[in-house]
Amino acid sequence: MKSEHSMPTVTSASTRLIKKQKHNPERKGRYIVTTCALLIIIATAAIMIFLTQKGLQSFIGNGLSPLEFLTSANWHPISSGNGEPSYGALSFIFGSFAVTILAAIIAAPLGIGAAIFMTEIAPSWGKKVFQPIIELLVGIPSVVYGFIGLSVLVPFLRSSFGGLGFGLLAGMIVLAIMILPTVTSIATDTLHSLPKGLRDASAAIGATRWQTISRILIPAAMPGLLTAVVLGMARAFGEALAVQMVIGNATSIPNSLTEPAATLTTIITLNMGHTTFGSLENNVLWSLALILLLMSLLFIILIRFLSSRRKYE
Amino acid sequence: MNSRITNRIATGVFFACAALITLVLAGLLGYILYHGIAIINWDFLTSPSSSFRAGGGIGPQLFNSFYILLITMIITVPLGLGGGIYMAEYAKPGKLTSIIRTSIEVLASLPSIVLGMFGLLVFVNLTGWGYSILSGALTLTIFNLPIMVRECEDAIRAVPRDQREAGLALGTTHWHTIKKVLVPSAFPTILSGAILASGRVFGEAAALLFTAGLTTPRLDFGNWNPFSPDSPLNIFRPAETLAVHIWAVNSEGLIPDARAVADGASAVLIISVLLFNLIARALGRFIHKRLTASK
Repeated sequence: MKSEHSMPTVTSASTRLIKKQKHNPERKGRYIVTTCALLIIIATAAIMIFLTQKGLQSFIGNGLSPLEFLTSANWHPISSGNGEPSYGALSFIFGSFAVTILAAIIAAPLGIGAAIFMTEIAPSWGKKVFQPIIELLVGIPSVVYGFIGLSVLVPFLRSSFGGLGFGLLAGMIVLAIMILPTVTSIATDTLHSLPKGLRDASAAIGATRWQTISRILIPAAMPGLLTAVVLGMARAFGEALAVQMVIGNATSIPNSLTEPAATLTTIITLNMGHTTFGSLENNVLWSLALILLLMSLLFIILIRFLSSRRKYE
Repeated sequence: MNSRITNRIATGVFFACAALITLVLAGLLGYILYHGIAIINWDFLTSPSSSFRAGGGIGPQLFNSFYILLITMIITVPLGLGGGIYMAEYAKPGKLTSIIRTSIEVLASLPSIVLGMFGLLVFVNLTGWGYSILSGALTLTIFNLPIMVRECEDAIRAVPRDQREAGLALGTTHWHTIKKVLVPSAFPTILSGAILASGRVFGEAAALLFTAGLTTPRLDFGNWNPFSPDSPLNIFRPAETLAVHIWAVNSEGLIPDARAVADGASAVLIISVLLFNLIARALGRFIHKRLTASK
């Protein structure tokens, strides 16, 4: 009797615990965070599609020859009396690669050397002192690097090497300093991740510290160290304002390090605001941006390849 | 004997590398602060800039920098947190997750000038907003988002397993555990990550050149109606930030005291970034102490 009486008030557990299926916060939360994640894909896809479409316009819409664009160093966007305007971007492509590689040549040994100092030579206090230094260097905005380059480095180079002071050399030094923290911090992480057994084993057979570093640790850490350098190069390749302030912005291929030059980013920075949107003059700048985009994808592929070769994580 | 000498030399070289980096940093900071502090005074910080006469300040630029930073963070933090929660809690190993990871990697490695051009194409031209604070903030959001997502994901993953399991053991749902247990305990790490990211946004210039513009209209700091064109709060007005201003006075400017203005502005920029850095560090250390009871 008693049980029969209470029967109608009993509801199944599922309806009691989940009151309204429509306003299920569990599902709502999931939808919200999934949307955020999908937004990242959408943003990336939008960047790819818009920039590719806009970057190809000068070839498809304006009929510029891609071959001439990539292989000629003849950049005369405004027809200068004696003929058609020409858009050869080779000197900018050359400039970008030149400053990037030169900056990496300076920054790689310095950064890796500092990383070795931090992890192998003074592991107790090196990291404590250097971690903040590296973080501060990362934090300095690129325009400030450019401004110091402009007001200190350029006059110094002018007085010691002659010429204008603006040029590849100034660009390469500014970029080298800018990518030093990137190279150092990733190289440090890589060296840290090497198993301690490697060092102990090497010390046990009587190797000096330098022998351990040069014959055991550096080879073992090689893919990671290269990743550090490539990441630094990717940053150098895409840097715009700091380079623009010191490189001199000449539109021809320089003959020496002290001559002014230009890079893909500097020419975009300079001309984007002064050209009419939709004109060929403006469209070629988007083609230059497309090269930057493709290069940064190439750097990612390179980094993925290198990290697949890492032995110690 | 020979190998021992080589060892000594090598040690010296490594020390020299580290010392050189320290010297470079000290030189940079010393130079900027030494030259800049002399310029900075209340008048310089608050008076409007001049486009061709000497004696201009950086008032509007300073305001713009903080305002764009604020708007950027208002958009970035929720999106980044959402993305981070998804990646840490919901993402299953598979195609979608690897596409998201690749997207984050691509976004993080794009040069900021390329992002600026995308902003110009989409936020400035396509939407018809023109050079505006909103265009700049949205561009900086894309610039900042990958870092914020990673930061949030790591912070949520770093929450001790016990806490997550204790939440679930109480019978709460997954989302409720995320909301009431994981996010609150990851919050301090996320906050210090967000402050560090703020430093990066604050100093960014290349992405803003073609999105927030190189000019600032005459602002009336008494007018706080966000829809009025001369109100500082209007998000549809062009806004030159401090970092952009440093670039502009050096490369396109006509003012005779460009050097002094840039000195002062650089020092303000560096001091702000240093402050962001110090606050984030202090916060991180404080929280580490609270959570682990260690020194």
